[in-house]
Amino acid sequence: MTDMAVHIAADKSTAVRDRARALSTLKATDRIFHWLTFLAAVFVLVLLGAIIVSLVIGAWPALSTFGFGFLVNERWSPARDIFGALAPIYGTLVTSIIAMLIAVPVGLGIAIFLTELCPPKLRRPVGVAIELLAGVPSIIYGIWGFFILAPILKETLQPALIDVFGDIPGLNAVFAGPAYGIGMLTAGLILAIMILPFITAVSRDVFQTVPPVLKEAAFGVGCTTWEVTRNVVIPYTRVGLVGGVMLALGRALGETMAVTFVIGNSHNISASVLAPATTISASIANEFQEASEGLYTSSLIALGLLLFVITFIVLAAARLMLARIEKKTGG
Amino acid sequence: MANDAKYAGRRRANRISMGLCWAAALFGLSWLAFILGALLWNGVGGLGLAVFTENTPGPGSVGGGLANAIVGSLMLTVLGVLIGTPIGMLAGTYMAEYGRHSKITNVVRFINDILLSAPSIIIGLFIYELVVVPMHHFSGFAGALALAVVVIPVVVRTTEDMLLLVPQQLREASIALGMPRAHMIFRVALAAARAGIVTGVLLAIARASGETAPLLFTSLSSPFFSLDLGKEVANLPVVINNFAGSPYENWRQLAWTGALLITITVLSLSIAARALTAQGTQR
Repeated sequence: MTDMAVHIAADKSTAVRDRARALSTLKATDRIFHWLTFLAAVFVLVLLGAIIVSLVIGAWPALSTFGFGFLVNERWSPARDIFGALAPIYGTLVTSIIAMLIAVPVGLGIAIFLTELCPPKLRRPVGVAIELLAGVPSIIYGIWGFFILAPILKETLQPALIDVFGDIPGLNAVFAGPAYGIGMLTAGLILAIMILPFITAVSRDVFQTVPPVLKEAAFGVGCTTWEVTRNVVIPYTRVGLVGGVMLALGRALGETMAVTFVIGNSHNISASVLAPATTISASIANEFQEASEGLYTSSLIALGLLLFVITFIVLAAARLMLARIEKKTGG
Repeated sequence: MANDAKYAGRRRANRISMGLCWAAALFGLSWLAFILGALLWNGVGGLGLAVFTENTPGPGSVGGGLANAIVGSLMLTVLGVLIGTPIGMLAGTYMAEYGRHSKITNVVRFINDILLSAPSIIIGLFIYELVVVPMHHFSGFAGALALAVVVIPVVVRTTEDMLLLVPQQLREASIALGMPRAHMIFRVALAAARAGIVTGVLLAIARASGETAPLLFTSLSSPFFSLDLGKEVANLPVVINNFAGSPYENWRQLAWTGALLITITVLSLSIAARALTAQGTQR
């Protein structure tokens, strides 16, 4: 009798112990996994910090030599170790502005087409095709632009622009020849094609957040599709649209390979959009491998830092705006 | 009468603006057709067995292929994805499972979205400073790390998005059965989100295999066939970049052929990824 009781008690206690051990291993793996995922999430933050720190360290010699003058000096002379970022900044801004002028209206038009006009069967294929434009690697745009688009523009669009605006004061400086084919206008056009899918995708998504009742009410009082789009859909989604446009702007500012091929790489500031120029990213891509150690390399890294700061601000603003419209539809 | 004119005017405005929207769509699609057409036109002629069996030719020599660049690109992309995917998946898992409502998740999501669209040339500069400068030479390893940095934000984003789509009841049911959280995440949540996460990884591979700027001053390129990641490794994007501007006819032809190969790879990966999501949403 007592023997058996002892036996059962012993069995019970080993079972309890086994159970406790199993539970504690499970708890331990749970905790380890929790920490592992947490570390990975923190790693993303560390990555951003490391990028900023490494760029600042690399750019420091140039920044401490040139100071604020780096931003406003046009001269870029590796032979004399004088470096100013004004020409690349100018080229970056002008090409991005050209790209936005083309891509924003066209991208919005495609988004309206996809949400209002497109036959439902074609909606997905057309949407995917436009999105594929974003999938084409930028180096492909580069060699296509250099070998195919630039020669065509040199023969057709650019002489036409020079002719048409040649006699109009002001504009004749903006479209002053000769037509090289490559230059800021070509780079801007290619950038426009590259960012088109981003504008289209974001606008289509925010258009779909408009409550159908609003649109139906407007249609019900006799508005045309255009009037509904202009007076209901676009005002309702304004913040999101601006967010999408900024997102695309962030892409355009930093785009490298496509621009490098067609920009012409000249550190000159010219009023003409047909002239060769350079952008921040094109300067880095072109000159970094050949740059001598020291001030030259450091100046190029300083350009990189500048680009990162600009795109960071633009992208951050874009995300905040898109987050606002998400909140609006969520709550 | 006045009303009729007004109506006609409104109808005309509508017709014009809607016509412009149609034109915009055609405009966008025609660029895609133009680019793909030019690629096929210029690239197909150079396709042949030699492209896959011979190495990149030296200056002034005849013929040649892209074998070393193709193998190098595969190595760099695979290694980059292998490094980037686990980190991205773990981070995305934390954001969707453990820290769904925590402040740090919001911060990480914000920063990750910025990294997702940050200029890729910056990543090249970063890895140059971090790896190439201390090691004193360019290496395939540095190139793979740069691609990993490209991959991480894509995977973080899709992992989180896909896990957030998993119904909360599934999680509650498995926790109620006494499943530890880590097991629940592995066996239930991640399993349910599998198709979506695979899509994300495919998109990340597509993105990484077309990237040029991060490789320009990390992996550089090399005219030789090499499996050694400690040295420069040839890769398609940089070879295209170097060959396209050259005066040699065979180099330029190889650049076009390489461009065609990359585009086919990248576009079929992204179409496959889309097909997978379409299947996932239908179920």
